[in-house]
Amino acid sequence: MLNKSINFIGNRKYALIFSGLLSFMSLVSLGVNGLHLGIDFTGGSLIQVGYKESVDLNELRKSLAADNLGDATVQHFGSTKDVLIRLKLREGVSSKDLSTKVLEVINRGRAEPAELHRVEFVGPQVGEDLAQDGFLALLYSCFGILVYVAWRFEWKFSTGAIIATVHDVIVTLGLFSAMSIEFDLTVLAAILALIGYSLNDTIVIYDRIRENFLLSVADTTEEVMNIAVNETLSRTIMTSLTVFLVLLSLFFLGGEVIHNFALALLFGVVFGTYSSIFIASPAALMLGICRQDLLVQIKEGYDDGMP
Amino acid sequence: MQNHFPLWKNILILITFIVCLIYSIPNLFGDDPSVQITSSGAIPLEQKQVDDVKNILAASGLPGKALEFNKGQILIRYTNTPDQLKAADLLRDKLAKQATVALNLAPATPAWLNAIGANPMYLGLDLRGGVHFLLEVDMNAALKQAEERYLGDLKIALREAKIHYLSVAKEGEAIKIKLNNEAETETTLNILAKDFRNLKQLDQRGENEIYVAISEADQREIKKFAISQNMTTLRNRVNELGVAEPIIQQQGDSRIVVQLPGVQDTAKAKEILGKTASLEYRLVDTEHDVQKAVAGQVPVNSRLYYEKNGQPILLDRRVIVTGDQIVDAASGVDQDGRPSVNITLNGVGAGKMAKTTQVSVGKPMAVVFIEYVNETSIENGQKVNHKDKVEKVISVATIQSVFSKRFQTTGLDSPQEARNLALLLRAGALAAPVDIVEERTVGPSLGQDNIDKGMLSFVVGFGLVVLLMLVVYKLCGLVANLALAYNVVIVVAILSMLQATLTLPGIAGIILTVGMSVDANVLIFERIREELRNGNSIQESIFLGYDKAFGTILDSHVTNLVVAIVLFAYGTGPVKGFAVTLIIGILSSMFTAITCSRMMINWIYGNRDVEKLSI
Repeated sequence: MLNKSINFIGNRKYALIFSGLLSFMSLVSLGVNGLHLGIDFTGGSLIQVGYKESVDLNELRKSLAADNLGDATVQHFGSTKDVLIRLKLREGVSSKDLSTKVLEVINRGRAEPAELHRVEFVGPQVGEDLAQDGFLALLYSCFGILVYVAWRFEWKFSTGAIIATVHDVIVTLGLFSAMSIEFDLTVLAAILALIGYSLNDTIVIYDRIRENFLLSVADTTEEVMNIAVNETLSRTIMTSLTVFLVLLSLFFLGGEVIHNFALALLFGVVFGTYSSIFIASPAALMLGICRQDLLVQIKEGYDDGMP
Repeated sequence: MQNHFPLWKNILILITFIVCLIYSIPNLFGDDPSVQITSSGAIPLEQKQVDDVKNILAASGLPGKALEFNKGQILIRYTNTPDQLKAADLLRDKLAKQATVALNLAPATPAWLNAIGANPMYLGLDLRGGVHFLLEVDMNAALKQAEERYLGDLKIALREAKIHYLSVAKEGEAIKIKLNNEAETETTLNILAKDFRNLKQLDQRGENEIYVAISEADQREIKKFAISQNMTTLRNRVNELGVAEPIIQQQGDSRIVVQLPGVQDTAKAKEILGKTASLEYRLVDTEHDVQKAVAGQVPVNSRLYYEKNGQPILLDRRVIVTGDQIVDAASGVDQDGRPSVNITLNGVGAGKMAKTTQVSVGKPMAVVFIEYVNETSIENGQKVNHKDKVEKVISVATIQSVFSKRFQTTGLDSPQEARNLALLLRAGALAAPVDIVEERTVGPSLGQDNIDKGMLSFVVGFGLVVLLMLVVYKLCGLVANLALAYNVVIVVAILSMLQATLTLPGIAGIILTVGMSVDANVLIFERIREELRNGNSIQESIFLGYDKAFGTILDSHVTNLVVAIVLFAYGTGPVKGFAVTLIIGILSSMFTAITCSRMMINWIYGNRDVEKLSI
């Protein structure tokens, strides 16, 4: 498909500056804005109702405020006929009856009552548990990958892969933070899936680098890497394209519930593809990977490759 | 280089394909709106009741599409929802208090598929609609209750031993017993050692003072008992709600998941889950005529009750003990090997039981199950709450000898009945209060909407990938597309076989798998192209392409698998559904993209001279 040789590794300086800036900005945004966490993690109530006709949000807000529910956020969800109402956890008020009350209030005096589509209530303890489990999942999957790649390749590769993956996660989270997109359980699942995807790309390139090292296709590590990245380039683009296509379909047709999930993965695929080309290999290169690292390994069988 | 598979390999792949196809077929048939009838008591439904139901339905012109009687459960299928609802209302009316009537969506899988165990995927609540509750059991309350019980028992035990204690009371985490002198202290310590082994004596003590606390082992037992009893109670209550296929599971140490598919009225569900129920022990009035009582002449000191089979029975007006005095109930066998239920009462209950049985050996005693049902009805346009007291005699047995704290109830027909009675006795009331800490309700229209949107994005996503592969890899792309379709069939078949729960994120997982699993074929085809460019023959290139790509595919899939497994281990609810489809998709794509596509390539290009490879 592509026979041109692009000097990806030689131009790593620009990629690293770009990624460094991007990661820095993401971290700043995460530090300043934080993540717009959904009720899965913060606790609270969410009520989704559907009307037969478009509905005026201000009217709903007014009736809610009249009943001491003024702190509710009311917004359209997908269409002007669907409304999403969010409530924070409240001290003292039995939150389990809250949804019933909200429905009663917004239906009061209406000829066409709203149809209840979805109610979610998450208590504070459950929210904390979900957040903790999510954090642990991120940690363990990174650790699992570190061990597997170190075992199959070499620790410098493994570290390079983790750097690229963490970069993708930070930048995706940064985008969610900067754009103030809600971060819920499905988005967390998407972030984890993204770790797997981003690695997938990186591993394919590493595999080719290893092969090229053993075949001695070039003299310098830099050249070997560049050849590998170029050889796998058409595959990298093709696979990213197929995944991107299905995600586009999910994003536009999968409905509101899955919207942010698809969005996180769309960001992730773009950055995952970018990082496996521009970050993963240069990172291993800068950690001092060389032909010997991989040759020793072959001679002694697959040991852990630690120096 | 000839590139062909041995015959057995071809046959194996084709057989696997046929098996997977058969097991994925049930998903095409959809559901029948149906009515499910289960026994509300301990005895399963019998043929007689099945005939009753048939007659009731035939008489009102709602015989339905089919009536099945299986495992003590009746299922009546309808072709449309209005008929189903009418029949359910009718049956609820006619079968009141004998059986539970629930609405269900029964898979319309043909019988021959059912016979080989092929069932459609189990849809999660976000797809079929329903309520998910996470309940937290208040363990502190359970411990406090246990402490109260011990406090009462201690006082009684001391009084029985003629010890005039100064005080027995809670102090901080401990129970403090204050006595008059050395001798009393000594006796008390003996009593503690003999009858209160679950109480641990604390070091802390003053003059003629003893401090005890519930031992750690007993605390663990109390907590375990609290959660298991609450689960049984909740299960019984959910059955009363008339929910088909409810899920009640323990989660962690102190939480219970309750999933009620199809339930929309969450207010009612919450109310019933938190409902109170109790038990009473009463002597049977054998002196008066039951028939006269039925006719309206109930004796002054008696009350008229009905047994589970509908038989009227007269019971003494005075209650011997009530359910909150039962500490434990377990099924077992008596000395003669007959099924029995072993009951343990607390101190107060034991004392009353002893007094009654001393004068009543040889007389029958009955166990009455009482529950308070909240019913809301509309009267004159106003919502009115009724608290209905429902009483049922669940067991009648003859008193064999004097007993108090521990006793056996025999006269049960089978070990099954003993187990059910023990369960009912324990399930009478919640052992500890529960609090709803998480609720997720999905309306039926949103559920269907989710299915439709999921299907649409799947079809479009699949179509786009297929198109792209055809354009880029031509005939080989077609092969990859067939392998991709096979992959989807396998994922659906395995999900159906495992009866794993399909959720909306699960559908997203399948869609993502479609995008990712062509990667293996992309790797192989790109490699074949490279080998061709390197000047290899077509047959050699095919061989080398598959051979060299294999290691890469393995590595990249394993890393993906590691992440998916972590996701499965830490994910909850819908996210778990996503992880499941991802894991199955990753594994099966290894098979379809490598082995199956190779088989097809071999069929097309293997074993012959090829001039041009369409790639």
